[in-house]
Amino acid sequence: MATTVTRIEKLVGKRLRRKEDPRLITGTATYVEDIKRPGMQHAVIVRSPHGAANIKGIDTTKAAALPGVSAIFTGKDITHVGSVVCGADLPGLRKPVHHILAQDRVYFVGHPVAVVVASDRYIAADAADLVEVDYDVTQAVTDPEKALAPGAPAVHPEWPDNTAFLYHQTGGDIDKAFADADVIIKQRITSQRLVPNAMETRGVVAEWLQADRALTLFTSTQIPHLARTILAGQLGIDENRFRLIAPEVGGGFGSKLNVYAEEALMGFITMKINKPVKWIESRRENFQVTIQGRGHVDYFELAAKRDGTMLGLRLKLIQDLGAYHQLLTPAIPTLSVLMMPGLYNFRNIDADVVGVFTNCVPTDAYRGAGRPEATHGIERMVDLLAAELNMDPAAIRFKNFVQPDQFPFPTATGLNYDSGDYGATLQKAMDMIGYDDLRKQQAAARAAGRLMGIGISTYGELCAFGPSPATPAGGWESATVRIEPTGKVTVHTGTSPHGQGQETSFAQIAADELGVPMDDIIVLHGDTAIIPYGIGTFGSRNTAVGGPALYYALQDIKEKVKKFGKMLLDAEEVTFENGVCRDPKTGKEITIQTIAGAAYRAMKLPPDTDPGLVATKFWEPSNFAFPFGAHIIVSEVDRDTGEIAIKRYVAVDDIGNQLNPLLVDGQLHGGAAQGLGQALWEQAVYDDNGQLITGEFMDYCMPRARMMPWIESSHTVTPSPVNPLGVKGVGEAGTIGSTPAMVNSVIDALSTLGVRHIDMPLTNEKIWNLVNGAKA
Amino acid sequence: MTKQIISVTINGARQTHEVEPRLLLIHYLRETLGLTGAHIGCETSLCGACTVELNGKAIKSCSMFAVQANGAEILTIEGLASADGKLHPMQEAFWNEHALQCGFCTPGMIMVSKQLVERNPHPTDVEIREGLDGNLCRCTGYQHIVNAVRAAAKAGA
Ligand code: FES
Ligand code: FES
Repeated sequence: MATTVTRIEKLVGKRLRRKEDPRLITGTATYVEDIKRPGMQHAVIVRSPHGAANIKGIDTTKAAALPGVSAIFTGKDITHVGSVVCGADLPGLRKPVHHILAQDRVYFVGHPVAVVVASDRYIAADAADLVEVDYDVTQAVTDPEKALAPGAPAVHPEWPDNTAFLYHQTGGDIDKAFADADVIIKQRITSQRLVPNAMETRGVVAEWLQADRALTLFTSTQIPHLARTILAGQLGIDENRFRLIAPEVGGGFGSKLNVYAEEALMGFITMKINKPVKWIESRRENFQVTIQGRGHVDYFELAAKRDGTMLGLRLKLIQDLGAYHQLLTPAIPTLSVLMMPGLYNFRNIDADVVGVFTNCVPTDAYRGAGRPEATHGIERMVDLLAAELNMDPAAIRFKNFVQPDQFPFPTATGLNYDSGDYGATLQKAMDMIGYDDLRKQQAAARAAGRLMGIGISTYGELCAFGPSPATPAGGWESATVRIEPTGKVTVHTGTSPHGQGQETSFAQIAADELGVPMDDIIVLHGDTAIIPYGIGTFGSRNTAVGGPALYYALQDIKEKVKKFGKMLLDAEEVTFENGVCRDPKTGKEITIQTIAGAAYRAMKLPPDTDPGLVATKFWEPSNFAFPFGAHIIVSEVDRDTGEIAIKRYVAVDDIGNQLNPLLVDGQLHGGAAQGLGQALWEQAVYDDNGQLITGEFMDYCMPRARMMPWIESSHTVTPSPVNPLGVKGVGEAGTIGSTPAMVNSVIDALSTLGVRHIDMPLTNEKIWNLVNGAKA
Repeated sequence: MTKQIISVTINGARQTHEVEPRLLLIHYLRETLGLTGAHIGCETSLCGACTVELNGKAIKSCSMFAVQANGAEILTIEGLASADGKLHPMQEAFWNEHALQCGFCTPGMIMVSKQLVERNPHPTDVEIREGLDGNLCRCTGYQHIVNAVRAAAKAGA
């Protein structure tokens, strides 16, 4: 039985290319739109062209007469189907009932009114055009501040003040902070609505098997299990007869952390017509009806001493909710409140949040979900304070940072920051970019009349959701490890990765723990018939919550492997390393592969041990994890065109330990692109009638390759004590850190012209007007 | 609608089908032929997810009718690797450089990158970024895609 133990190199921490890529680079992966079922029908949805209207009648006769049309449904057909679910709750929250097809009113452009089902998507689209809806258009309101004004049109007639909720949080002694202040800085800061725009739009294929009362539903989602529970409730079917599959998912960024009307609608249709049905969202629909992000108007007041010490922060937060609540809509601004203090050592806060209904599509979680808004706010306020006090923006940050010896650090908002060295990331970023020298260059540039800016953002975020009491649906995650009789390993994760790379990074963890080659491990996810219940992928939680669940499942299975090893080696004690059990006394060894065979053959079993090698672990963190970092951007503004050139971008991020730095870089770059998108280019614009003016890529400016700067990325490593891997989460960090660095940079560039603040996006037009207005 | 017969060579194999004149090329590839590698991200020629090669030129197959491709030679992502499964150097480079996350933009990105390097074997980073201008990626921030194209060019893709 003796084998030679070859020391296997540890894989965690290595830059490994991904296991999931071969199917993706050869065009052979299966996304929802690639799925075909026998007899499958195609659905096209008739949507409201108006922001607010009463439906006086719907005439489907012409549409129904078109050959190939198999069914048409309108609001009256679906009254027994549960309405769209909001999983968040706040005291006094007003929850409008959002049927999966409109009843007698529509309240945003894109509101589904009818659905046409046909044998072919072209026919379904033709027929949808023939559905005649008679609307009585009413006054819409799309600006949240206007919606709050007395006499504004009511989005929901039963709530004329358009207020969905009021939420107040306070910590410390805010009145004293302001009484003690030498300076008080006030600023209105907006975070505009953004369109998440995953490159794959949403889509559903639903198939009902009447004989088994069983529904199979493929949907492009980040939360397969939660979606199944919710949809089963809406459709009134048994969860265990409902298989929900998230196949290959082409990006989500929060927009698929949701359960949408169309998912229940397709379930309803297949049950009605007894044939499979497919619906694929068009890009225009994706703009109009998939959730949008941000949508804040924030009024900040910062109290400070003349030496730059920050004392307290007041916030009035107006959250544009849209016309109704999607899954987490009202909860998102409460995350902003939690992160209000940023990385700073003051303990007095006061936040008033008002959630406002508008005739727009709902806002909900979009990459960062509440934390980018908070970070942008506090990072702008710090810069405003520095400007007011004539201090360097780096110096004022160093002065106010929570110090390394203060962790775990309880914040005024009730969080407990896990670990960090905030000064170290900023110092490293400053060293990388040559900060002192840059300030000299800037002085020279200014003397020459050039508009050069240096912008800093030092961000923190709460992620790795999270302890269950702090989440709407459980904050744990599950993992199963199955060692097959040959010793090959199958891992199940309850997370639902869709680009984040856990098929690779989780295989790295398993390879190290079990001592088997990467190629012997596969990681499965996203199928409720195979995977034990899981929470899903959002809030930078795959690695930081799903990873530890896997780690602990691996520990359990290692124990069992050792029991078999001990029995098979007839040893008193064994070690297990590099996939080999060893009796230290005799030097005899047995491999995990041989043990696996014996565990299933079960000729003999260790005492109190069952056959087989399977372990499942549900693991819940005791706290969030708190990544942080410092981003510095050097920019220059062209006086003649208003164009902003990004000269350098340095990012130092601390996300704790890194499983695979190649994947970490990818997350940070992608995050930064979305953050710069918000700072410079992107904005969802509704006009006063409720029309979405930026409803296509033609009108909504997405970051493209030539617009993105080269990102010089580095790290510090402060392991999180919250989980055994010491990881913090990286999915949202780049988005949160980049936006204020960019905006601060441009405002720094224009500060010589007296510019104090600019709301995003910093379009050329806006900048040109500022520069040239300032000249005049 | 009267159907028309078209004949196309796709990834080396001759195909003949009767199609509606209004059928988009991308739908012909995906629905009629089952070649689902090229994706639909917008249907308005703005994202490049549907990029394939038509007579040697990268085109957006959502912005062309199948009947317009009659007689053409088309190469899709599925035809890029050699018959024995050996990846095209551009595929290999995308894999090595982690130039994809969700992978939805990737078939289009690889097709356009292949073309880019064929036209300009030694592109600068700026030229690479300009060459990718018709293709959107929401996941990667493009930096690793630029790395991949540069690496493939260096390797003589
Ligand atoms: S689908 Fe053809 S360019 Fe977007
Ligand atoms: S990898 Fe997801 S869109 Fe490019």
